[in-house]
Amino acid sequence: MIFKPNPSLGVPIYLQLMEQVKHAIETGALRPGDQLPGIRPLAEQLVINANTVAKAYRELEHEGVIELKHGAGAFVSGSEQAQKLAVKFRSAQPLVTSAVERLRARGLSDEEIRRMFEAELAGFRKAGGQGG
Amino acid sequence: MADSIIATADLRKSYEGVEALAGLNLTVARGSICGLLGRNGAGKTTTIKVLLGMARPTSGRASVFGLAADAEQTSVEIRRRTAFVSEERDLYDSMTVEQLIHFTASFYPRWRKDLEQDYRRKFELPADRAVKHLSRGGRTKLALLLALCSGAELLILDEPTSGLDPAATEEVLQSLVSHAARTEATVLLSTHQLTDVDQIADHVAIIDRGRTLVVGALDDIRAGYRRVQLVFDGEAPEGLPGVPGIVATRRQGRVLTVLSSAGADRIIDEAQVLKPVSVDVLPVTLKEIFLATVAGEGGNALV
Repeated sequence: MIFKPNPSLGVPIYLQLMEQVKHAIETGALRPGDQLPGIRPLAEQLVINANTVAKAYRELEHEGVIELKHGAGAFVSGSEQAQKLAVKFRSAQPLVTSAVERLRARGLSDEEIRRMFEAELAGFRKAGGQGG
Repeated sequence: MADSIIATADLRKSYEGVEALAGLNLTVARGSICGLLGRNGAGKTTTIKVLLGMARPTSGRASVFGLAADAEQTSVEIRRRTAFVSEERDLYDSMTVEQLIHFTASFYPRWRKDLEQDYRRKFELPADRAVKHLSRGGRTKLALLLALCSGAELLILDEPTSGLDPAATEEVLQSLVSHAARTEATVLLSTHQLTDVDQIADHVAIIDRGRTLVVGALDDIRAGYRRVQLVFDGEAPEGLPGVPGIVATRRQGRVLTVLSSAGADRIIDEAQVLKPVSVDVLPVTLKEIFLATVAGEGGNALV
């Protein structure tokens, strides 16, 4: 369920792991109460640093997405935050589907659509950065 | 840093007037896997030699476990608590795998018999084979087994994956990750294999010409470095003088590309007055950071 992060993306590995866990919750692959792999087994499986896995779990706990229970491991939280992830994601999915369909209908290639989305997202981050 | 296993301050080492280390400042945090990166001749091996008391510094300080690396008594203590895998994988060629494991174990009071069993199974080393008849990969795995089982608090590995095929490389990296997690040992990984460091290290030190260029947590470095591409209506300006954190700048017609070590926000703010028509921010890989920092002035071509 959690696959190997790509170090050459230039994105911190703990962030990639966090995104993956959140995405698994969004899609319903992970549900409230489900147990996540232990830090050490996951580090060994993905061949990444255990400190990095621990950092990702700590941040996810901080965001209320998972709960770390001492001695027992990490579990998807039953909190509203975790529930909302799934609902938010699933209700937004049709918007993306229809936007992509309309762009394709205008004759744009998938590669062009991807670039437009990425540029738009980069612009959004910039606006956020300037505000802060 | 209070909880650092290795610390050097303004460390210098000259060989017949040639400075191999020219003021190296290195810290390695306890429990980390730290990648020591540099080109050939950057000073990686000299650094290791000084840490292990195999070379005396010309000036400056170096300590391991808080003990001075250049005093005889403390240096013995450092070596007792450290395992070193040299680039040459120096092993007694005339012994069999079995003999060498027993021989080595006899020197280490804290030898981990449990780990020995694990790694013998995992590495599939033929017990009766003479060490000299092992493949490059087999030799590396044996050297690594001896280091991992020694019970050392610090592992220093010089180019541990050089000459290995991708499968053997992955096996070596996996055993390092797993060892660091199981034993809380600190690992210093000297290499120019950026992909290894990218994958398993949580800290990194990039050195060049005997100096430290970049040192810190890899995720912080990944988060800090950004490439910002600014497109202008007319000719792009020469650069953005006075903005902190700019590592390299390149101007091509209407496009100005800036590599920053301190995020993109400040650069975008400063660039606003110049009214760019478009701004793109891209993440930067460790390889690009390495090339841009070690290449110095010439690195502008790499932006």
